Formats: sequence, structure tokens, C-alpha cells
Amino acid sequence: MKILVCISKVPDTTAKISFTDNNTKFNEDKVQFIINPYDEWYALVRALELKEANGGTVTVINAGLADNEQIIRKALALGADDAIRINMQPEDAYQTAAEIVAAMNGEQYDIILTGKETIDYNGGIMGGFIAEMLDLPYVSMASKLDKNGDVFVLEREIEGVKEIVEVKAPFVLSAQKGMAEARIPNMRGILASKSKPVKVVEPSGTGARTHVAAFALPAEKGGCKMIPAENAEQLIDLLKNEAKVI
Amino acid sequence: MSILVFVELQNGNLKKSAFEAAAYAADLAASRSTEAVAIALGESNGDLEQLGKVGISKVWHVADAKLNHLTSRSYTKCIMAGVEQTGADTVVLSHTSTGKTLAPRVAIRMNAGLLACVSDLPDAEGNYRKSMFSGKAWGNIGNKEGAAVITVNPNAYTYVVKEGAAAVEALAVLLGDNDFDYTVKEVINESAGMTPLPEAELVVSAGRGMKGPENWGIIEELAGELGATTACSRPVSDIGWRPHHEHVGQTGITIKPNLYIAVGISGAIQHLAGVNQSKCIVVINKDPEAPFFKAADYGIVGDAFDVVPRLTEAIKKMKAS
Repeated sequence: MKILVCISKVPDTTAKISFTDNNTKFNEDKVQFIINPYDEWYALVRALELKEANGGTVTVINAGLADNEQIIRKALALGADDAIRINMQPEDAYQTAAEIVAAMNGEQYDIILTGKETIDYNGGIMGGFIAEMLDLPYVSMASKLDKNGDVFVLEREIEGVKEIVEVKAPFVLSAQKGMAEARIPNMRGILASKSKPVKVVEPSGTGARTHVAAFALPAEKGGCKMIPAENAEQLIDLLKNEAKVI
Repeated sequence: MSILVFVELQNGNLKKSAFEAAAYAADLAASRSTEAVAIALGESNGDLEQLGKVGISKVWHVADAKLNHLTSRSYTKCIMAGVEQTGADTVVLSHTSTGKTLAPRVAIRMNAGLLACVSDLPDAEGNYRKSMFSGKAWGNIGNKEGAAVITVNPNAYTYVVKEGAAAVEALAVLLGDNDFDYTVKEVINESAGMTPLPEAELVVSAGRGMKGPENWGIIEELAGELGATTACSRPVSDIGWRPHHEHVGQTGITIKPNLYIAVGISGAIQHLAGVNQSKCIVVINKDPEAPFFKAADYGIVGDAFDVVPRLTEAIKKMKAS
């Protein structure tokens, strides 16, 4: 079984978000970057579990410049066999998907996994782009993935409903909570990762279809109005008549 | 060029987010002096004409029972049939699990730019405002293409309900086995009669401060009295006190209700990332130093087992008066 996992580099959840260049550029100063949690905890770890149970290979692919090596090495330390880095600064999801498909260079994978969204752009559209470009079935928002003979059984957790679906490889999926538990790389994995191959490919030059004109920070909250516990009932009145939310 | 809006059905009824997307499409069409037409897929219980109340004059309906459940290929084929029928250069969907699944396929087939998760109509420069960095920033996104596919963030776009009924017209789309991505084997309803979390306007959530799963009765009673959906923090779902589908936060479900009441949740940054787009946040915690108070609109420092039942009583009284 050949598995491809798309990983994205994102600012750590606790990072302070700010912008430079007249609010057109994300300020990377002092920001810790990580593998997008949905790509790592759920997509990559489940791919590794499937490989361990059924044999095969797990390749990770990332679009980014040389400083993305750090997150790629972490994916290799967790157990991925090899990696492809597309040497580019991605501008939008469409362009990134097109470059991922180009970098696959006709190679066939049984399963292509992405996270359900990245925690920076929050689009949730990468998997759909890749599926359409490769003309493959797409199982979005998957919370469970199992192999059952020659079919794969997946669960999709969607608004108030759980769907159980059966699909044949090859297919694309987007992964969310439930699929696997987070792993921490062990010393052997970290040592092994240093000698695993990372293929660097140049982008094909597909243009982006959207662009960020400017960023903005949300307005500061006005501060929390404290209500003494002995007057807790007053809250209901405030919610009804002041906040007008009930 | 006209605008096509895909309206989602659940169990044959229009979803709340469908009205939001339809209103967005109708308002966008009005600003361009064109019309917005809707398309609905799967069997309907007959409420499609209600879309007239948000400015939709016509609804294409592909009433094939095979479309009662989403697969991305079958739905995309139908939406593209609607695009052809109407000559639309813009398609609007909700930024729900279904909308996110379909929008990329539709965008590629239309050679369109995809504006995902937007909250407002485009500004004077034609840019679309969207929430980014898990609610910690906004981005103004521009489209480089002529055609556009837009997904509208649920519970973000405000609109006016008017009088009117949309005309429903059947649309036939021939679907073969290859048009379905996969087979749906089973559908399990987990919401137990409550509005699903991503669409809920009112949410009551609780965390480790509740001390044990046996104490959730007071949370459920408060939610029940409010007509709210229950949620929980990650530790609580990880140790199995509450089901996983209730977990809101960075790695669980992101919600943006009008009211979020958090009981016994300290407010770790990962939790905030999933709830900080709520319009009003109430924090009830016995620890006055809980970081969640900094992100709250209203706070009560107190014992949940004392405060929560009294809130439930206060709502009962309010409803009775």
C-alpha cells in the first residue's frame, strides 16, 4: 500500500499573531512553527498505523522553502519513509494542490490524506482540490479509517451525524479527530529520520487564483463584566436585555 | 451573469445555514443587478419555496433519492448542471462540511477563484473578509479570476427575512454508478434532537470542573431550558466523560454561536481557538485566575453546583413571566 500524506507548516497554537509590511505579511518573528495538527495527529499517524499493519510506504509531501525541513524531519522521525518538498512559498490552496499533483509526477498512491483544515488559513478545501485534479473519490471529514479486504471503511463525523462509508482505493480523504492518537517521535525515529530521503522538486509554475490583500486583528474585547455569585440570576437578565442573545 | 446558490437539506428540510447562504447570494445578486437562483439536491419535505423569504425567486430541485446523502462527485455534477442552466459565473455554498467538500471541485470546473469561509459581502475593492488563524485574525481575500465560488461561514452573515415564495422547478440530472465517490452504509444521528454544534446559536459547555460524568445533569438541564446544545472541553472527552462529538476546541469542533456558556473550563488557548468567534461568552469558574475570564463578556466566580441550577431556575422564571 502506497500512502501520501500532505503536511502543512503552521504557527503553533500558542503563537502571537501579528502582521508586518502594512498588514500584508504574517510576522514570523519569534513564532514557533509546527506540522498542522490535523495533518500530523490524525492523517500522518493513521497512515503510519495502516502501514505498520498492512505493509507499504508512507510519503509526506510539503510545499515550502528550505526552512520547512524542520517539520519534514519531524514527520520522518514519526515514521514516514520519505518526503517530497516543493520548493515554493505557497500563495493559495488551489496553487498548492496543483503543485502537489505536479510533484507526484504520475506516481499512483492508494490513499492521499490531508488534515480537515489548517489552523492558519482554516479553509478545509485542499483535499477537494487534489481529488478533483486527480479525478479521485473524496471522503471528507473522516474520523475513522480501516481496511477491510479490498475496501476501506471510513466514518465521517459531520454536523450531528455520523456516516459510515465504503470506498475502494485510490481515494483522497481529509482527516479529523478520532482517527488516531498523537505520537511523539522516539530517539530511534529521530536518528533514523536524518538519513531518510527528502526529494526537493521545483514548482511547475501554476499561479494562485486568490490573494490576501490585507490582514487585520479582531477588535479587542471590551472586558469581562463580573457578576457576584450571590446575584447569579442577574446574568439571565443581562443576556436577554443587554447582550440580547437569548 | 447570475448567481447560483447550493442550499443544503438535512432529512429533507432546508438547513439554517442554507437560508444564510441563500440570503448572501440574493444580496450579492442585488448588488450586481442580477438574480440568484438556488439548487437543492435529494428528496425534500416541501419547504424549498421558503427561500423566497430571503430573496430567491427560483429553486432548481434534483429530487433523486440517491442524492439524500452527499458524495462529492454526484453533487458536483448536479451543481454544474445548475450552473449551465442559469449561466452563473458565481456559485455560493455554506462553509459546512458539505460546502467545503464541494466548493473545490466546483471551482476547478468553473475556472473560478475559491473564496472560502467568508463572513461578509465583498468590500468596495471586491475583497472578501474571512476569519483566519483560528479566529485570531481576519484576512481580506481578493479573487484573481472572473468566476467565483464562495463559501459562507455559518452563523456569520446577517440578513432580513421578507415575504415571498420561490418557484420550485424540477431539474433532471442523469447519474450513473461512477458519479458516486463511495457507498454510504449507515447514517447514525448523534445530535439527540439538539441543533448540531456547528450550527447551534446557543451552547452550554462544561469541563473538568464538573468533577465527574455523573454531574452533567445540571449542565443538560440548563441547556435544555435554554434550547442550547451541550459541548465539552478536550480533557473531558479524552477521559470519556462525554462523547467525542461534543468536544469543541482546536482539535475538535470550531463553533461560533451567539452565546457560549463555559462551566468549569479554565480556557486553555487550544480551547479558545475553537470558541473565540462566539458573539457572547459567559464563563463560570470557581478559580478567579482562570484565563478564560480574559476572553469572556460575562463572568461569575463561583461553584458550578450552586450557580448553574440557579441560572436554570432564573430562565424558567423569565419564560413564565
